[in-house]
Amino acid sequence: MSPTVAVVGASLAGLSAARALRDQSFDGRVVVIGDEAHAPYDRPPLSKEFLAGKASLDDVTLGTPDDEELGLEWRLGTTAVGLDRVSRSVLLSDGSEVRADGVVLATGARARRLPGTEGLAGVHVLRSLDDAVALREDLASARRLVVIGAGFIGAEVASTARTLGLEVTVVEAMPVPLAGPLGTEMGAVCAELHADHGTRLLTGTGVAGLVGTGRVEAVELTDGTRLPADVVVVGIGAIPNIEWLADSGVALGNGVLTDARGVTNIPGVVAVGDCAAAWSVSAERHVRIEHWTHALEQPATAVATLLGAEGAVPTSVPYFWSDQYGARIQFAGSRREDDVARVVEGSCADRSFLVVYEREGTPVAVLGMNQPRLFTRWRRQLRSAVPTPS
Amino acid sequence: MIPVCPTTELPPGEATRVEADEPIAVFNVDGDFYAIDDTCTHQDASLADGWLDGCSVECPLHASCFDLRTGKVSGPPAKTPVRTHRVVVQDGMVYVQPGITADGAA
Ligand SMILES: Cc1cc2nc3c(=O)[nH]c(=O)nc-3n(C[C@H](O)[C@H](O)[C@H](O)COP(=O)(O)OP(=O)(O)OC[C@H]3O[C@@H](n4cnc5c(N)ncnc54)[C@H](O)[C@@H]3O)c2cc1C
Ligand code: FES
Repeated sequence: MSPTVAVVGASLAGLSAARALRDQSFDGRVVVIGDEAHAPYDRPPLSKEFLAGKASLDDVTLGTPDDEELGLEWRLGTTAVGLDRVSRSVLLSDGSEVRADGVVLATGARARRLPGTEGLAGVHVLRSLDDAVALREDLASARRLVVIGAGFIGAEVASTARTLGLEVTVVEAMPVPLAGPLGTEMGAVCAELHADHGTRLLTGTGVAGLVGTGRVEAVELTDGTRLPADVVVVGIGAIPNIEWLADSGVALGNGVLTDARGVTNIPGVVAVGDCAAAWSVSAERHVRIEHWTHALEQPATAVATLLGAEGAVPTSVPYFWSDQYGARIQFAGSRREDDVARVVEGSCADRSFLVVYEREGTPVAVLGMNQPRLFTRWRRQLRSAVPTPS
Repeated sequence: MIPVCPTTELPPGEATRVEADEPIAVFNVDGDFYAIDDTCTHQDASLADGWLDGCSVECPLHASCFDLRTGKVSGPPAKTPVRTHRVVVQDGMVYVQPGITADGAA
């Protein structure tokens, strides 16, 4: 019988892994298992063009005509419920199992919810296409939106809702939004976009609870303030989908733990994309990267290793972008707390700038707002400067 | 024919954007000039802002690659090719002929 690779998770990382298998001349069976009914689609537009009604389902489809020639076996609408490490079988919700010689774990992450808000109409998270469709419908008849969490997804939803004409308030528990990824100084600069476009931003404010029976009516803050709301979006981060592996023997932490190549502690099992926490040589710990480009590119390395290759780990510089209020924000590199941010082009006041983060005088990360050309050069430069880990 | 710029203003490895009905990106690859639609077919990014690598350009946003000679996608996520346009160099000036496919582009 021809060898089989099972890919669990039918989204960006899973599809990229399946493509990489064929690209690297694997001609056995490739079974792709996904719990959503939809064929792979792209998530970034869900908070941007798709939510705004400017992109169609077709626009967000990831698959191409070329993919049809890959001979993939799709098991959509099917949840993987377990992994038998001995027989290397993936157990499925319909009671069947897929026996495989290699397994790619690509189950991604899900949106964290606010406890106690289940069943309250008008309260949304945004992770899936179904989430986006439901939110879009609800926004169409709403006047006031409260977004809980001023991270990238929260900020993008706020921005899209403003273009739809809603009154928007964003509530953030931390004193400065995006301080984690961008640092306090630049987080504050990016957060000014909210005020520029008529969104009210409340920082350093916790949420005590949601008010309403059946349907949400207001958000109550820890200082007692009540913010009236027709719709509430909770954007407070994501949790890796790894519970189904609890009894599998696969080492888990904040994600499936892997080495720098994506290999887990179980032979023949690799993990990629948002569900994986890969060992970072530079950070000296496992890091779970939740960026689109990572989910697109990293599976090639994991799959090569699965197929027996042993070359060096290709150097990569983490990269993400965010579109808010018409501003294009791009970030590349690995920033630490005490790196120094320096504006090398443009100005923050003009909302068009390039900032380089330096550690002991060496550039380690770069942030651009509306500077795609210069940003691309810096990103390239960082990429070529990264030492190849052995 | 739309004038782009004097050849001296577009040195090898550089790109520029010209306004037409649809904006066009013009590239200089080691002395050869190529023109393609400037807007990436994936989402809204200007390919003139991208990274030139041999005869292909990488989109600045999500790194789709397009072959400058044919307009074809040589790397995802873009699914559809960009159009190519003929470039004419005359008396030290670069021109594009929008809508006329570059010679040799299938
Ligand atoms: C609204 C939104 C906007 C974003 N915008 C940006 C952006 O602007 N820039 C950027 O860099 N990144 C952005 N991202 C992040 C990017 O989309 C993710 O990094 C990427 O989707 C990760 O891909 P993945 O395949 O690893 O995981 P996912 O896309 O989460 O896919 C995992 C898939 O596995 C399925 N699954 C889970 N458990 C099981 C199981 N047990 N059995 C079968 N299937 C299972 C899930 O349902 C899902 O379909 C955004 C994300 C969201 C949600
Ligand atoms: S806009 Fe060009 S690759 Fe996405």
